[in-house]
Amino acid sequence: MEIFPHNLNINFLGMRKVSIVISTLLVLVSIWAIMVKGLNYGLDFTGGVLIQVNYERPIDVGDVRTALTKAGLDHAVVQSVGGTRSISIRLQLPKNRDRHVSPDQVAGAMSKKVLTALQAGHPGAKLAQAPDFVGPEVGQQLKQSGIYAVIVVIIGIVVYLWARFEKRFAFAAVASEIHDTVITLGIIALVQREFDMTVLASILAVVGYSINDKVVVFDRVRELFRLTRKAKTQDILNRAINNTLSRTIITSGFTALAMASLWLFGGSAVHGFAITMLIGILVGTLSSIFFASPLLLWFGVSKNDLMPVTRENPELARRP
Amino acid sequence: MTDFPRWRYWLVGIVMVLGLVYATPNVYRPQPAVQISANREAKIDAALQKQVAADLTKAHIPFQDIAIGKDRMLVRFANTQVQLQGSDTLRLALGDDYTVALNLATTVPHWLQAIGARAMPLGLDLQGGVHFLLSVDENAVLKKQQQRYLDDIRSILRQKQIPYDVVSLSGDGVQAVFKSADDRDKATTAIGADTTDLNLTDARTPGGGYALHADIKPDVLRTLAQAAITQNVTTLRNRVNALGVSEPLIQQQGQSRIVVELPGVQDTAEAKRALGATATLEYHADDPNVNPQEAQRTGDVPPDDRLYFMKDGTPVVLKKRVIVSGDELVDASAGFDQQSGMPDVNVTLNSAGARRMLDFTTENVGKRMGVVYIETTPVVKIVDGKEVHTSRTTETVLNNAVIQGVFGKKFQTTGLSQQEAQNLSLMLRSGSLAAPMDIVEQSVIGPSLGQDNIKKGDRAIVLGLSLVLLAAAIYYRLFGLVADVALVFNLLLLVAVMSVVGVTLTMPGIAGIILALGMAIDANVLICERIREELRNGSTPLAAIRAGYEHSFPVIVDAHVTHLIASIALIAAGAGAIKGFGVTLAIGIIISLFTSLTMTHAITALIHGGRHRKLKTLWV
Repeated sequence: MEIFPHNLNINFLGMRKVSIVISTLLVLVSIWAIMVKGLNYGLDFTGGVLIQVNYERPIDVGDVRTALTKAGLDHAVVQSVGGTRSISIRLQLPKNRDRHVSPDQVAGAMSKKVLTALQAGHPGAKLAQAPDFVGPEVGQQLKQSGIYAVIVVIIGIVVYLWARFEKRFAFAAVASEIHDTVITLGIIALVQREFDMTVLASILAVVGYSINDKVVVFDRVRELFRLTRKAKTQDILNRAINNTLSRTIITSGFTALAMASLWLFGGSAVHGFAITMLIGILVGTLSSIFFASPLLLWFGVSKNDLMPVTRENPELARRP
Repeated sequence: MTDFPRWRYWLVGIVMVLGLVYATPNVYRPQPAVQISANREAKIDAALQKQVAADLTKAHIPFQDIAIGKDRMLVRFANTQVQLQGSDTLRLALGDDYTVALNLATTVPHWLQAIGARAMPLGLDLQGGVHFLLSVDENAVLKKQQQRYLDDIRSILRQKQIPYDVVSLSGDGVQAVFKSADDRDKATTAIGADTTDLNLTDARTPGGGYALHADIKPDVLRTLAQAAITQNVTTLRNRVNALGVSEPLIQQQGQSRIVVELPGVQDTAEAKRALGATATLEYHADDPNVNPQEAQRTGDVPPDDRLYFMKDGTPVVLKKRVIVSGDELVDASAGFDQQSGMPDVNVTLNSAGARRMLDFTTENVGKRMGVVYIETTPVVKIVDGKEVHTSRTTETVLNNAVIQGVFGKKFQTTGLSQQEAQNLSLMLRSGSLAAPMDIVEQSVIGPSLGQDNIKKGDRAIVLGLSLVLLAAAIYYRLFGLVADVALVFNLLLLVAVMSVVGVTLTMPGIAGIILALGMAIDANVLICERIREELRNGSTPLAAIRAGYEHSFPVIVDAHVTHLIASIALIAAGAGAIKGFGVTLAIGIIISLFTSLTMTHAITALIHGGRHRKLKTLWV
């Protein structure tokens, strides 16, 4: 069975002006979204108290917000969790709290306050469990280690690709990787999806997945450069994309299939992970086709760039 | 296909069998159980077994099995509900002589256990429990050390009879002020001879005095902070053991944090009380000039002294000044005196403690010295309908013994019964937290949520995997089926390696497994696409297979290595969930390299490699 005719020859590089402009616009919009709207950081990052309340009857989230505002708890994030009878309320820890009172005790006091506020309207409201809380410094450290992880990944990949391919490939790969990550983050910021630990894990997974896609296309570019005697760089890049197109879309399709089942049936714990991966897979696939290779052309990659590597590496030279 | 060496078939076969065997234990779900272990003299025997059975029957709690193991007894129950009731009943019935703990008993068959096969431990998010993250107050470590050096420097100056104006705390250390530069030089030499942990610098005070700054060296401070955390981890472990949780996780996370995870526990309040109790020890000199009985009666105690009580209520009057405190105690163990054969407790102090003990005992042979045990437990009281948090401090004199000779680093306490020696050494060891801690993160995962997560995760993986397997078989036909076999074994091997290594399975870990399977799919897609391409270019079927594998080799390696770099970065930079995700991904990627390159090649070669067959077409 074949979905794509094997003699497909779409002139992807011919659309490079349009595609690069679109990509740049998307990145700019994403940066705007991240800067202006901001990421909706979850408890893991902001620190604070998470209180789960169960009701006897179905409850409207709006009512809960009103009740909390009345009690002076303004910045509460109220969400319903699994069904309409239980809700979660996220509160920030007070900024200038007494150093001698442990966050634990603050959390206890806050949950009491929330419960009193809610029971005024619905006496059946009950705490589902002891409140969860995260100190502010924990989230700060998590953000730091997240950023640190991304930097380590990028440096590691540049070094590896530089050694295995050539510096222009390394930079094009990393540029498209940053492109993919920023757009994925931008979409999360735009729809204001909660950014918690699992979403961070999936962003890091997107980084890995996206580089994988680029490596496959670049590998074909390298191979074609070495095989053909006379050809324009643009034609080589086009052929590389077309040759790998079937693989690019099939792999993405298969991975997306697995992620979709995780998203639909995996429960709330992996929901954020799956949806972010789905976005990342889509963005990564498109950028492998429309962004990474035009970038290579733009960086002025040529046949000669790849030849010295062959001489230095006898194992590669043996390959046709 | 004659170019595929025979030993590789064997390798693939052996790996497949091993993977299957070592992944099997995960099929056997652990069973809720209660573990009973004996404290002190109590025994685990058939009599206890009978008693436990009787207690449970009386309370109408059905149990499945009571087994006596090495130093412990396991009572198995049908579900967690009954398990909780059972543990409450037994805890009440057995009292303090036994520790009753929630446990998950393995149901893995013995022959599998014998070859080291075991199930993956489940993370808290999958089995329920409480999670705490404690932050160690590093500032307090500094303060404590400053205070210690302050005392040390004062005693050195006094000992060497160097006159000084004032010794006080300053910055990261201590400042001493002298009248003349000569005195200061003498002090520098004396302090330098005593310790190398301090950076000594000269300065002038605004008032014209000669100041000496003794700052604790940064690397010394770091070592001390690390030692403090290590000691806290040990102390927490002792306290959690007292709580009776069967596989608790207590470990350092990052530079100054300690993570505590108690599977099966649902009551955070109880756990926090156990963790929050702080105990410390202090050695004080006995005041022989005061009659304790009289002091108790009249309440008349000299200002430098304090009235304490022993466990049995005997009054003791001790000096207020502390000779050595619990954090200077390195070890305490119960044993027998080499000469008399009498029970004793061997105590080892660190060097700072040893020096002060030496100074003290030199002048006080024949007098008494008391050990005070101070325990602080947080208490919540309801006053006028409001919760009030206070703490209760209890101070007891464990022992008030005569100093027989001059000693420093090591000494023995004798004149105790064997039981007393055991108790004293236990109390000395369970000692103090080296630095105060704050709970900075707390969460409770209900057992039902954990089971729900497992169920959903299982279902999502099975469904996702079957969809992908089906799609691959339809799209790539025979080669798709080969890829499917490799994919299934990829999962099996991943589970087997994680089980053998003992990687804890968490929800992010499951996500990592799925992502690693995605990598394996990609590798197989690459190979299949390449074989199709070779066929289109006019290769014979066998040549197409060979060329397909050969040409997709570099790209698969490149893709896997880059992905591996990413996963290693996750392990290096992340903590907790991110780290678990990275570990699973990294193992999965390495396995994927093997299954997609070697395993599928072996299967393909086996199918198409018949010597007498002429291959006309390939089902790809």
